[in-house]
Amino acid sequence: MNTHKKRNILICQGSTCHQVAKENLIDAFKSKLKEYQLDEDVKVVQSVCFNKCTVGPNIIIHPDNVEYSTVTSDDIDEIIMLHLLNDKIVERLVYNQVYENSGSDKKQYRIALRNCGFIDPEVIVDYIEKNGYAALGKCLTEYTPQQVIDEIKASGLRGRGGGGFSTGLKWEITSKSEADQKYVVCNADEGDPGAFMDRSVLEGDPHSVIEAMAICGYAIGATKGIVYIRAEYPLAIKRLQIALKQAKEYGLLGRDILGTGFEFDISIKYGAGAFVCGEETALIHSMEGLRGEPTLKPPFPSVSGYLGKPTNVNNVETFANIPAIINRGSKWFASIGTEKSKGTKVFALAGKVNNVGLVEVPMGTTLREVIYDIGGGIKDGKKFKAVQTGGPSGGCLTEKHLDLPIDFDTLMAAGSMMGSGGMIIMDEDDCMVSMARFYLEFTVEESCGKCAPCRIGNKRLHEMLIKICDDKGSEEDLMLLKNLSTVVKDTSLCGLGQTSPNPILSTMENFYDEYLAHVKDHKCPAGQCKSFQRYYISEQNCIGCMVCARNCPVNAISGEKKEVHIINQETCIKCGVCMEKCKFDAIYLN
Amino acid sequence: MPIIKSIQELKSLREEIQNKRKKDFSERHPIEIKVAMATCGIASGAKPIFDFLIEELPKRNIAANVKQTGCMGYCYAEPTLEIRIPNQDPVVFGYVDLKKADEIIEKFIKKGELVDGIIPINYIVAN
Ligand SMILES: Cc1cc2nc3c(=O)[nH]c(=O)nc-3n(C[C@H](O)[C@H](O)[C@H](O)COP(=O)(O)O)c2cc1C
Repeated sequence: MNTHKKRNILICQGSTCHQVAKENLIDAFKSKLKEYQLDEDVKVVQSVCFNKCTVGPNIIIHPDNVEYSTVTSDDIDEIIMLHLLNDKIVERLVYNQVYENSGSDKKQYRIALRNCGFIDPEVIVDYIEKNGYAALGKCLTEYTPQQVIDEIKASGLRGRGGGGFSTGLKWEITSKSEADQKYVVCNADEGDPGAFMDRSVLEGDPHSVIEAMAICGYAIGATKGIVYIRAEYPLAIKRLQIALKQAKEYGLLGRDILGTGFEFDISIKYGAGAFVCGEETALIHSMEGLRGEPTLKPPFPSVSGYLGKPTNVNNVETFANIPAIINRGSKWFASIGTEKSKGTKVFALAGKVNNVGLVEVPMGTTLREVIYDIGGGIKDGKKFKAVQTGGPSGGCLTEKHLDLPIDFDTLMAAGSMMGSGGMIIMDEDDCMVSMARFYLEFTVEESCGKCAPCRIGNKRLHEMLIKICDDKGSEEDLMLLKNLSTVVKDTSLCGLGQTSPNPILSTMENFYDEYLAHVKDHKCPAGQCKSFQRYYISEQNCIGCMVCARNCPVNAISGEKKEVHIINQETCIKCGVCMEKCKFDAIYLN
Repeated sequence: MPIIKSIQELKSLREEIQNKRKKDFSERHPIEIKVAMATCGIASGAKPIFDFLIEELPKRNIAANVKQTGCMGYCYAEPTLEIRIPNQDPVVFGYVDLKKADEIIEKFIKKGELVDGIIPINYIVAN
């Protein structure tokens, strides 16, 4: 008998490929391999999602590393005859799309996450092995502080904490502020619901942030750095502490770093987990031991920040990009992304998407690619409805925005924002009014209460949304909701209140019909708002066993034994117990 | 560890680490296993798998370097492992539990056979 090359056929078992494939490819391949007597040499292996759902079903021939897409059982003979028996590639099925953005067939490109998942974050030599601290060395020995700033400016890097301000420019402003002491602050407060980018960077690659802070210190003339991190991130804190200790032991922090005379040290301040403390002025006050409340800008922290000294505040992910930019040069970084947004962005993909995960894509990647290819599409084959970017400060984007290339400016123009990178996917079962209500509930809780528009305005907005969701709203409320939203946006003191009505405004813009349905037709089209639900008893199915009536916690069901029961809609609290208990499928929802 | 006093010293330290790693690979433990252990990985059960590997591999006479890393990005398929065996590209496995870890040792590490649950690498890295 012939012996053939040992191979594996990896078959994607992601849900999308699974749904697209009309047949069971695994069984089909297995039986064909048997027919050809190849089952000894070629194994069929189930694989997790390939992230190429739009061209599925996908398979990979291992170890040749050839990828075939849109494979059906009709293609199996050809694959076996050509590829497995004759080492010829089946060209017509080959997946060979190269994406301009990443320059490869992969959609993700890791810069900020370049070491996450590869090195042991608690072992400094792992980082040094991967060229760690070389960028700091390069800055200290080859560049003047101004040259470092010029390099960062030329790279086009913009702040990843949400604002998208030019990082190089911020460094320049801080460097030009005269003072006897300056500070570098790393904002690791990360309070957006659903966001975990910064935590992942600190847990996976803390040294890249430490190195970048030292580079920033050199550029702006600061000797002290502080990481402001929420106490709810115990593992990130632990790994950061270990990394700081090791960096000090190796002389990469402290006095006379690398024999250049440059001094820099980093300490940690713990935040109590208030969302507003992510706002840079509130963060600084919290570090000073004052209440975590924002103050009016200007003065900007770059001029007068921590203890009244010039302070450069940057986000964790912003910092994580810096060593890569210095090592590979600003030209390389500026070649990635769109005209005005360079590099990549890390997103925390969450919600109703198959592959929840941490993804990093070049700026300019479309929402469709992120949601359908990397995210593997919508869970349970449901229909995509909207995606919330920018967390509680952002807005929702819909079907018509799916082919929008993601960058700071396009998202802003579409009525949302980049934010820090949370991306929550919603499907047809999600009610947009409820979604806005959820975010407003969050803002009401997190508002520091210093300014009236945010403290009182958001509270009123939240109440109106509850009213609408509880089937008590009117068309007039919609007018009020819109007006008050604009007022809160225009008059709040800090970014929290200036953006908190965005989830309302953008859902009203994109899903006004849904709001109208709530107040006019008394319906929640998505079926999520419980107040609109009505439980009924079917006359055909009910046999009058009385089980529902006995189990109803509010005695809303009446009826004699062996007679059809009825539910008193006024008393019913829509708990659904009757439906659960009924053995005859007699209870239904409208 | 003595303090690194110059950029030259940093460079030679890096080379030393890289050479040692190469040597370890060829002589001491040709197999490297990474376990994604960010908060989310640990919450999904990565720690018992890490401990299992550390305990079982020596018992089964396999010289491997098992280490923890941060998030690999495949949150939906946690816990995840990446395994490098000689003369092969690293392979990532998802949805690993103790049974799967045992199967990976017996089939993949010992015999080089792939087992179900592979995650094809879906990104490129700027290095
Ligand atoms: C309410 C509010 C919350 C914020 N939360 C964060 C946060 O968690 N992390 C962060 O980096 N920036 C946050 N910011 C933005 C910061 O004020 C600041 O712009 C940022 O840290 C600057 O860093 P960057 O230029 O690197 O983005 C927040 C802003 C506002 C208004």
